[in-house]
Amino acid sequence: MNSPDLTRSAVPFWNDPDKRAVVYQILALGMVGLLGYYLFSNTLANLERQSIATGFGFMDKEAAFEIGESPIPYSAAHTYARALLVGVLNTLKVSFIGIIFTVLLGTFVGIARLSGNWLLAKLSGIYIEVLQDIPVLLQLFFWYTIFYEILPSPRQAVSPFAGVFLSNRGLVFAVPHYHPVYALMGIAFLAAWAGVFLLRKWARRRQERTGRLFPVIRVSLLMVLGLPIGVWIVGGAPLSMSVPALTGFNFKGGMNISPEFAALLLGLVLYTSAFVAEIVRAGIQSVSHGQTEAAMAIGLRPGQILNLVILPQALRVIIPPLTSQMLNLTKNSSLAVAIGYPDFVSVANTTINQTGQAIEGVALIMIVYLCFSLLTSLFMNWYNKKMALVER
Amino acid sequence: MKGFKIGLGALAILLMAISGGMAGETLDAVRAKGFVQVGVNQGLFGFGMADENGTWRGLDVDTGRAIAAAVFGDANKVKFTPLTAVQRFTAVQSGEVDVLCRNATRTLSRDTALGLDFGHVNYYDGQGFLITRKLGVKSAKELDGATVCVLPGTTTELNVADFFRSNNMQWKPVVIESTPELNKAFFAGRCDCLTSDISQLAGIRAVAPNPGEYMILPEVISKEPLSPAVRHGDSEWRDIVDYTVLALINAEELGINSKNVDQMLKSNDPKVQRFLGVTPGNGKALGLDEKWAYNIVKQVGNYGEVFDRNVGPDTALGLARGLNALWTDGGLMYSPPFK
Repeated sequence: MNSPDLTRSAVPFWNDPDKRAVVYQILALGMVGLLGYYLFSNTLANLERQSIATGFGFMDKEAAFEIGESPIPYSAAHTYARALLVGVLNTLKVSFIGIIFTVLLGTFVGIARLSGNWLLAKLSGIYIEVLQDIPVLLQLFFWYTIFYEILPSPRQAVSPFAGVFLSNRGLVFAVPHYHPVYALMGIAFLAAWAGVFLLRKWARRRQERTGRLFPVIRVSLLMVLGLPIGVWIVGGAPLSMSVPALTGFNFKGGMNISPEFAALLLGLVLYTSAFVAEIVRAGIQSVSHGQTEAAMAIGLRPGQILNLVILPQALRVIIPPLTSQMLNLTKNSSLAVAIGYPDFVSVANTTINQTGQAIEGVALIMIVYLCFSLLTSLFMNWYNKKMALVER
Repeated sequence: MKGFKIGLGALAILLMAISGGMAGETLDAVRAKGFVQVGVNQGLFGFGMADENGTWRGLDVDTGRAIAAAVFGDANKVKFTPLTAVQRFTAVQSGEVDVLCRNATRTLSRDTALGLDFGHVNYYDGQGFLITRKLGVKSAKELDGATVCVLPGTTTELNVADFFRSNNMQWKPVVIESTPELNKAFFAGRCDCLTSDISQLAGIRAVAPNPGEYMILPEVISKEPLSPAVRHGDSEWRDIVDYTVLALINAEELGINSKNVDQMLKSNDPKVQRFLGVTPGNGKALGLDEKWAYNIVKQVGNYGEVFDRNVGPDTALGLARGLNALWTDGGLMYSPPFK
């Protein structure tokens, strides 16, 4: 608003575009609200007329169905709430691991496509064109079929190393029995990372002050690997392993990666990484070639050019579309239903079927995926801001 | 909470769009549109499956045709909607189909919380296990530690969990939504056994690459009374569906079939006369033509004919009558008097 204008106060409000706009907005908001209320009350009335129970009361009833794999202890005697939590954790597991592998593989392929090596560049090109053009559901079916058709039954399992068995029930391998030292090793591992963080800060400051370089990578590697191993040796070096053994139908003991999980992870990672590779390539190409030449002219090595000149500028372009690919991967993980991985949608579907609470179940599915997506983009927006070019 | 309400709103739009025809009695609505909309299985041999000419065949499909014969006097005034296990009850609730004949098990929670009413049982089934002979298992009690292929959205998931729990056995489910995908995984050996209703297992074994390699274990771990389902609250329509199934059974009890039904019209037996509408009364009571039962038997047959045609010993399924024989032959099929 400008300074008070005497002539304007005489204008009736329907001739004042500012006030009119406010009225329109209130009207529009009211309409949306009314429509929402109408839909909501109508649904409730319809449900009541058909005597369909509503509400989330079913959540603390016994689920009475089994779930194929679960990161937390679960049995049919647990509640629906816990069954749904298992589904959420399974979705988180495949999305989290999937995103990490996708970013690593996608970055590698994207850089390889720009490589001066003709073969490497062409192979990356083929990889991208083939994988991003085939629907992800078909890829999932393909990998799943490969796993159960080609691999032998548990009784004829392939054992490439001692304690590792590969069959159509998945990959089973020996893991150490639980020992309190392992928890300490985990703490040591985290402490080592904190140390690395401080070391990098110190090294950078020292370089800015004195110009001398410090071998950060070698020392960091030593810390991250050495500290946990040191704790393990001090803790008495426990070596007892849980080795899988074939009893009855299947392997008992050890750790199992199911064919469903492996197929889902592989399918999602290969498909999404093709898109990520293109994003990375676009990001790198958005940095003008003059920058590279200038960096070469002042005597930086190729690794330094990538790390200090190109990537900081390319990341600005890469991060926003990368976020959207991460969200895609998370949402595509709901295709797990088709190949039998017990993700959240699969567990929620079973719950809906047994309780008949379709509206509540579908609402839960929407809320959970919304939360996943919002959290991912929240993190990526923070990272984006951190990476944004700060002009000095 | 806000997200939940928004979600509800979006769903409600869908619900409203498909519940347009809810008002009024189902029979009137069916008469007005001129056909019965029947929800059936997308592809279960013997119960609901379209053949190579696109004609629907199966025990459930014939039940749907019998309802059309009762209402319209013409078994062809029927349209079939193939439904997955997950979609089926929503389709009845929303009014997308008038009746669901899709090997659905009648249970207490479906009868109450799902807002459904079930008609008379048209097939008594039970859940069992299909297993490779190679494993050398002779009883379901030996399945400790097994991996089991399960179709979701059915009572099967629950029954199999109950069975393993009550016998203190460990197991692992592999739950795949599409039946053909699930069968493929089972035939390839992803699971040790496949669990479902025994009638379905017979159908799955019939399409196996090598049917002789598979056997059905002797244990029957559940009761599965398969019944047609309608929306809760329309007793008139429910009676029609109920008595259509009963008419199939009663016709067999009275020895009436599609071939002799015309001669039976001249029968002196008062039970037969009442049943076929020679002595009027039953049709009016149901709000149907007096010839309703005659039309069912003439055009679809009696229960024995329907059974033999779709799942009986001469079909690929080769199922024996068993529990589905008439009560006079040691089965459970029993009809109340038609008077």
